[in-house]
Amino acid sequence: MSRKLSLGMAVNEALRIAMETDPDVILMGEDVAGGGDRKGDDVDEMGGVLGTTRGLVKAFPDRVLDTPISEMGILGTAVGAAATGLRPVVELMFIDFLGTCLDPLLNQAAKLRYMFGGNARVPLTVRTVTGAGMQAAAQHSQSLYWITAGIPGLKTVIPSNPADAKGLLLSAIRDDNPVVFCEAKLVLGVSGEVPEGDYEVPIGKAKLVRGGNDVSLIGFGGTLPICLQAAEQLASDGIEADVLDLRSLQPLDEDAILATLTRTGRVVIVDESTPRSSVASDVAALCVDRGFDSLDAPVKRVMAPHSPVPFSRVLEQAFLPSAARVVEAVRSQV
Amino acid sequence: MDLTRAELLEAYRKLRRIRSFEDKLGELVVAGKMGGFMHLYAGEEAVAVGVCTQLGDKDTVTSTHRGHGHCIAKGVEIAGMMAELFGRATGVCKGKGGSMHIADIERGMLGANGIVGAGIPLATGAALTARIKRTGGVAVAFFGDGATNQGAFHESLNMAANWKLPALYVIENNGFGEFTPTEFVVPVKDIAVRADSYAMKSLIADGMDFFDVYAKAAEALAYCRSGRGPVLLECKTYRFAGHFVGDTLVYRDKEEAEDWIQNRDPLQNFETQVLEASLVEAEALRRIDLEVQEEIAAAVESAEAAPWPDVAETETDVYVEDGG
Repeated sequence: MSRKLSLGMAVNEALRIAMETDPDVILMGEDVAGGGDRKGDDVDEMGGVLGTTRGLVKAFPDRVLDTPISEMGILGTAVGAAATGLRPVVELMFIDFLGTCLDPLLNQAAKLRYMFGGNARVPLTVRTVTGAGMQAAAQHSQSLYWITAGIPGLKTVIPSNPADAKGLLLSAIRDDNPVVFCEAKLVLGVSGEVPEGDYEVPIGKAKLVRGGNDVSLIGFGGTLPICLQAAEQLASDGIEADVLDLRSLQPLDEDAILATLTRTGRVVIVDESTPRSSVASDVAALCVDRGFDSLDAPVKRVMAPHSPVPFSRVLEQAFLPSAARVVEAVRSQV
Repeated sequence: MDLTRAELLEAYRKLRRIRSFEDKLGELVVAGKMGGFMHLYAGEEAVAVGVCTQLGDKDTVTSTHRGHGHCIAKGVEIAGMMAELFGRATGVCKGKGGSMHIADIERGMLGANGIVGAGIPLATGAALTARIKRTGGVAVAFFGDGATNQGAFHESLNMAANWKLPALYVIENNGFGEFTPTEFVVPVKDIAVRADSYAMKSLIADGMDFFDVYAKAAEALAYCRSGRGPVLLECKTYRFAGHFVGDTLVYRDKEEAEDWIQNRDPLQNFETQVLEASLVEAEALRRIDLEVQEEIAAAVESAEAAPWPDVAETETDVYVEDGG
């Protein structure tokens, strides 16, 4: 059985299942309870700035912890809790706030196991909202998953739809490694069918969501709907596109990428982030390095420009990848 | 002081073990036999031993770049530590951590740390685990005066006090943050007063006196264990060897350093007090000195003879492979 849920509500459902099935799972972050744990007065809770964790504090009053606005303290405390037996899920409100708390991720969570010769486990999940699309401007709209994907010891996943979000988050929470779980603004409010009950989507497996033999459109998170839209437009012109949803940025499903490349000979990677040191550049390098003989055209990347995210609706739309730009990139290949 | 003769001898053994271990490392680094950045704990032994003597298996500690003393005080094996510092496969971290990341989770030692102040939130998290899983354990963070100027310190204390976590925060105030005198960068005389901002209990101990640290830590730990919340314990101490091995010490007042080293040595201090009170005999201490010397010589010998890690180990332990 399934029913329609937004990606945010699918996340909420995954959190509830994770907490029901494992007493070691705790939720920490700014406003995750959001006032709902106040006793004695009839107040409702915010459940996070976007309401994603609403209702959870009432169900798990001892395990949903409102924190002060102290990202460094929150992340560092969560790493210490994870290394000593809990399974914390931290909400980092926006990935842009990584600037205030990178050390616990970069130098602690990612490295404890290695530095201690394999004698530590850090089963930490960091949920964070990424990307543009809400006119939140330069400090609340970045797609910084390329930073966490590039840090050995961390995993980074980014679902494009509610069903994957639920399954990937359950996998992330139950993984014994630190996982950064990105909730892209472009798809956060989008609804889709979500199976009921407890299920996991494996981390590190991409998913082919559309089949075609002429070109491979590779996207993830907020760019997946853009890829699908472009594929529809191309189909009306007789160009059939494979659409691959990466779902996991580290580990990266290299086999799936090379498989679609081998099938089509043309690759366009669609990534919301800025281009330098990006996931798209990394995938392009993989295609050239290991798929060169199968390539019939230059690998193209459709990305944001090398600039901060602008505020104005007009500028923000120009900043983001679009189906039109994807179609244009494909046309340059054929 | 309620310590038995056996406990006093064990405390002395740990003080001596740290001192001799650190003295030996200094020699090995200068002789070019050991690599890496090496920060020695000599002079601060009374702090680690005074606190850790009162910790059990359920209790955890986090440490700093100056972390060997905390390892030894928490019961980490000397042989595995020495092999680690030599970068050998038999090291307690398989040669992957080295001095600044030496750790033994089995013994509740959550690691030295190369980032100043980073261990403070980690201990806060360990205290949160103790609270939520009701283990009865306490988490102790050791850190220097320099770390109290990091946001991680203030954020952690605020959270721990707010949640009344069983955490003991131990400042090892050795008077210098790297090479800069503490008073150049800290506007308060006693850093312990920073606890007041978080409605947190604080204590100050003479970090050169094992018995004073022991007494203050006992009070602090009893408070933490009773569920009343965290405590900030400032121990006034001094690092004998400078910031790292090779430190030229030009920034240090020679007379002041001599005074600390000659007149306030925590081992000498311990010995004077136990002998004057006739709690143990000098011969027993000298016997321990000898045993420790032999133990460390054996650790060096076995470490130097131990195999190097296989280069394939470079890429192992990055992830928990069966962790999915």
